[in-house]
Amino acid sequence: MEERETVIEVTDLVKKFGDRTVLNGVNLKISKGETFVIMGGSGCGKSTLLRHIIGNLKPTSGKVCLLGTDITGLEGAQLDEIRKKIGMSFQSSALFDSMTVGENVSLPLREHTVLEKNIIDIMVTMKLELVGLRGFEDLMPSEISGGMKKRVGLARAIAMDPQIIFYDEPTAGLDPIMAAVIDRLIVDLSRKLSITSVVVTHDMKSVMGIADRIAMLHEGKVLEVGTPEEIRNSANQTVRQFINGSFDGPISFFQQKDDYLEQLTG
Amino acid sequence: MRNPIAVTGETALDLIRQVRGILALFGNTLWWIVVGPFKGKTAGRQSIFQQMVFAGVQSVVIVFFISLFTGIVIAMQSAYQLKQLGAVIYVAPMVSISMARELGPVFVALVVAGRVGSAIAAELGTMKVSEQIEALETIALDPVRFLVVPRFLALLIMMPCLTVMADMVGILGGLIVGVFNLQINMYRYLSFSFDLMEFKDVWTGLIKSVVFGTAISMIACYVGLDTRGGAEGVGKATTMSVVISFIMIILIDCVLTGVFFFSEM
Repeated sequence: MEERETVIEVTDLVKKFGDRTVLNGVNLKISKGETFVIMGGSGCGKSTLLRHIIGNLKPTSGKVCLLGTDITGLEGAQLDEIRKKIGMSFQSSALFDSMTVGENVSLPLREHTVLEKNIIDIMVTMKLELVGLRGFEDLMPSEISGGMKKRVGLARAIAMDPQIIFYDEPTAGLDPIMAAVIDRLIVDLSRKLSITSVVVTHDMKSVMGIADRIAMLHEGKVLEVGTPEEIRNSANQTVRQFINGSFDGPISFFQQKDDYLEQLTG
Repeated sequence: MRNPIAVTGETALDLIRQVRGILALFGNTLWWIVVGPFKGKTAGRQSIFQQMVFAGVQSVVIVFFISLFTGIVIAMQSAYQLKQLGAVIYVAPMVSISMARELGPVFVALVVAGRVGSAIAAELGTMKVSEQIEALETIALDPVRFLVVPRFLALLIMMPCLTVMADMVGILGGLIVGVFNLQINMYRYLSFSFDLMEFKDVWTGLIKSVVFGTAISMIACYVGLDTRGGAEGVGKATTMSVVISFIMIILIDCVLTGVFFFSEM
């Protein structure tokens, strides 16, 4: 693979919530234009990592570079300048329920640009067209289905033509067909608009379908990074267990009989 | 059983954290109002207007009835006392002065805290737990400028308006008792109502209402934005905002009455 510009660089990222270490020295490099998937079990720190990359959480130590700027110490207006260049699709869609679908998508444009209203309207129609929801501008978020909300969230994320889009569990809680639709959208958006995509998920089917590269996160550390092919043929037992979704393996929810007995009897 | 000293200490620390949080939010809000416009970043006029309609216009009916009945009750209660002194006409200033100084601002504040403050806390709390606040930050919009400032300004403007209305409706309530029950001539009643009232009675009441409005909006916004833990958290935040607001309203009322009317003694 040719050497491409690095747009996201995470170095030795550590995050502690009280005594609990959620991220324990994460290192990542994501290049321009690729679809990068961060996968891992529930509670392994995927979403926390994502929130550090977009600057919503501050690390205990380590640093995050986004689009060539170190955002670790940035606050307020400086951070906002970087944020205007990224888009984020939330797990729960996070549409503003007091606004219509159209207003949700146009909000970043109305607030951050000086475009005329009719131009903004055209742009909103275009963005909604991209996610297949043209004509739904005047509905409220409470009037549309979960899958549609996800797509509106996506349209809002791409409203400002971002250079990077982040997806937090884009297919969680959707039926298989809708999940496939969203997966196709993610791939389409990165190809059509040649944007970098960072997807956090544990949906293995979707991971293998969309990823250029995959990072497996486990217990606050990156276990392995590679193409879907490399990950599929990984020698690492934990990675194998995760992609096969098998019960037996290094990740165990049950203790050994003796340990359990000992714990019970003290 | 947990150590009672530890529990007291934790509660105190939590209280300090909340008071600091509310003051920080207030400072941040003022910054956006005073410095924001110079940086070309103001709160949307439309959203201020929306909040004014919700907080002010839609509170008119409930404020109307509460102040009308308050005026009637005060007139009836004081008439009973004043009759024994043969000074029934003094029902009029009794009602007008107590409405303007005390009952108008305080009752409006209690109504607004219960109706508007709780709604603000519930709305912002829901936005917090459903990632909408985070979404705002991610599209580079400050939640304080976007959500808190319009609510703060709306209450700041509407509280004195509602209070003036409450004062007048309260006087009307007293007038109903005075004219129909105590057989006082309406013009005599009205002239007694206003002649014995000083300008100070009105402006101190209005200042109180502005301070109450500030307290209600800051408490509700802070508690809302501080919400944790899903639907249950939103419920707790809503209750919290009403409880804290009620206590603060009475406390502030106590302090301000002392400052306005007892500081020269």
